[in-house]
Amino acid sequence: MYNKQEFKTPMPHQEADIRNKNFSEVSLGYTLEDAINEANRCINCKTKPCMSGCPVNVDIPDFISFIKNGDIESAYRKIKEKNFLPAVCGRVCPQENQCEKQCVRGIKGESVGIGRLERFCADWARENGIETENAPEEIKQKKVAVIGAGPAGLTCAGVLAQDGVQVEIFESLNKAGGVLSYGIPEFRLPKDIVKYEVENLKKLGVKIHTDVIVGKTVTIPQLEEMGFSAFFIGSGAGLPSFMNIEGEGYAGVFSANEFLTRANLMECYKDDKDTPAPQLKKVVVVGGGNVAMDAARVAKRMGSDVSIVYRRGVEQMPARKEEIHHAMEEGIEFLTLNNPIRIIGDEKGFVKQIECIRMELTEPDASGRRGVKAMEGSEYLMDVDGVIMAIGTSPNPLLKNSIMGIEVNRRGGFVVDDNMKTSIGNIWAGGDAVTGSATVIEAMGAGQKAAKSILEYLK
Amino acid sequence: MFKVVKKRQLNDLTYSMTILAPLVAQNIMPGQFVMVMTDENSERIPLTISDFDKEKGEVTIVFQAIGASTIKLSNKNEGEEIAHFAGPLGAATELENVRNACVIGGGVGCAIALPQAKWLKNHGAQVDVVAGFRNKDIVILEDEMIENSTNCIICTDDGSYGVKGFVTNVLRENIENGKLYDCVIAIGPIPMMRAVSDVTKEYGIKTIVSLNPIMIDGTGMCGGCRVKVGGQVKFACVDGPDFDGHQVDFNELMIRNNMYKKQEAEAKEHMCRLFGGAENV
Repeated sequence: MYNKQEFKTPMPHQEADIRNKNFSEVSLGYTLEDAINEANRCINCKTKPCMSGCPVNVDIPDFISFIKNGDIESAYRKIKEKNFLPAVCGRVCPQENQCEKQCVRGIKGESVGIGRLERFCADWARENGIETENAPEEIKQKKVAVIGAGPAGLTCAGVLAQDGVQVEIFESLNKAGGVLSYGIPEFRLPKDIVKYEVENLKKLGVKIHTDVIVGKTVTIPQLEEMGFSAFFIGSGAGLPSFMNIEGEGYAGVFSANEFLTRANLMECYKDDKDTPAPQLKKVVVVGGGNVAMDAARVAKRMGSDVSIVYRRGVEQMPARKEEIHHAMEEGIEFLTLNNPIRIIGDEKGFVKQIECIRMELTEPDASGRRGVKAMEGSEYLMDVDGVIMAIGTSPNPLLKNSIMGIEVNRRGGFVVDDNMKTSIGNIWAGGDAVTGSATVIEAMGAGQKAAKSILEYLK
Repeated sequence: MFKVVKKRQLNDLTYSMTILAPLVAQNIMPGQFVMVMTDENSERIPLTISDFDKEKGEVTIVFQAIGASTIKLSNKNEGEEIAHFAGPLGAATELENVRNACVIGGGVGCAIALPQAKWLKNHGAQVDVVAGFRNKDIVILEDEMIENSTNCIICTDDGSYGVKGFVTNVLRENIENGKLYDCVIAIGPIPMMRAVSDVTKEYGIKTIVSLNPIMIDGTGMCGGCRVKVGGQVKFACVDGPDFDGHQVDFNELMIRNNMYKKQEAEAKEHMCRLFGGAENV
């Protein structure tokens, strides 16, 4: 008999007023009792709709069944068959749009907390020293180069290495992890977890070279000369967008990428780190996605008073509900249906004010979607000394520009076929480098798919 | 880790450091830069490459130990290692088709302008080097500049060495005396690059300046190095660091470089207490 509890077993977390002053993790994770209680909410239905919602196809009901019996090690091994980074996915996947969206328990009440259970298994395995990585018995002669050590690249490398392919990852930054290191803050994804997952990958024999910018330090033809026969590009969506409004050149205007990289990769808020931390009293973060929430919450923790300015309503924000909720709890002001039109600087060129205009939702169009339009005459000024633009990124052009003849789309993303293969025979691509800003798990799914196709190619 | 194979102190504050980095060295073109982190706690700082040897796999950087990060770097000795050294980054200076160039360096900028002068000389161009310093005590790399030019003029603000006056005086004089430069390359402090660009604009001579704004990754990701060129926003790390001096918004560049002045002053004080000050290193 299953647990008929209508709602998810609550996730313990740090109180909002305490956590908004520290960088420790917000959600503390289930206890074993919590996990078993939640696992028992799964009715183990025959159709397994949850699996169809998972971009890497984890055998969800199977791993949950192991938890029901208290066999966490087996549950973890089950997840790891398909997912290389469960501790990461359990924390940052938008499960509500994926596996949990399909869960039949969600029809009446809340879906099973699949993400929370995944996280529990991964954390338990890490704390108990469970290892699933065994170097493959047979090492193949083929060498594959993976460009970018983010979620797409790490997953692709893992799948290939498990099959005995020699894989080397080339990362342009000084640490592996990509967006997991520079983008997602410590309080959502502790960097020790990223490090642990990267170390696991190395146990499979994957070599990781940091400080190598493919296209600059080495080119693909040079890597071919070095014996690499296939390539996977997971270089991410590293090019930040700005609004192109007046005043974006003033000191105190940042892209979310810059602000978050300073905080997350360079850890500027720590005393022993040399990277200067922006010292801002009042910050406006422009945007409504997860990156905007992350930037706002980091700024708050660094001591700023923070407002999020977004041109549509809260309901239209692309960020996860949970992140919006956490940000609100932490005391971040939401100025929705507002849009910046100009940034004003002082005589030294530092940001002094931002001018915004109020917006209103228009009537739904034929497709039912409501647009927004500016309310004339509603302009107003706000005193701020920092503005963070979190309005999206596009694929980084650096690598594309170095590969002769590779096909890209209008937005600069690599054009790929169903197997993630680009227009060049031995180059695959996946993740944000193809789609523009998307999710960690979608990037991982693409990395997995590409790896399978690369294995076919190498045969 | 990257080994320091050679270290030279060029004047009170300026150091030349040669780093063993074969992978970085293999594709370098004049005008490119590297991102350097002295240790795992360090800031990532962009430093323009001043020399390289592809056979030995060596890359030379010249920098002034004037901030916390550069003081820390200057404290590394031969045989020791620095944590991260990534590049070459940025676009190469467009030197093809230049036949008669004036390469102008200001202070430590002279070191950064050397690869361009060397390349041009080796490719048969006429190269006048004009190097400006505040005074005699801080003149650096004179031999190297003479070696890599057709003509080398050193000038000092106070006249304590070479010609008295600014690089712009020498440049204007040369042009007035009939030198037909098809390209001027100016690398140095922002006011110098702006002044040179103002002079060449009068004569309609193409002018390349090399910018060194604040950046974190150096690959186009952070946008911290954005600069307005001809009204368009450009990223110095990928679109530059070289730009048309007649199009650069030097005012905005100066503003953005002041962003962390306060934090930098505090960090420098801390670093000086640690190492006993830049003058003692």
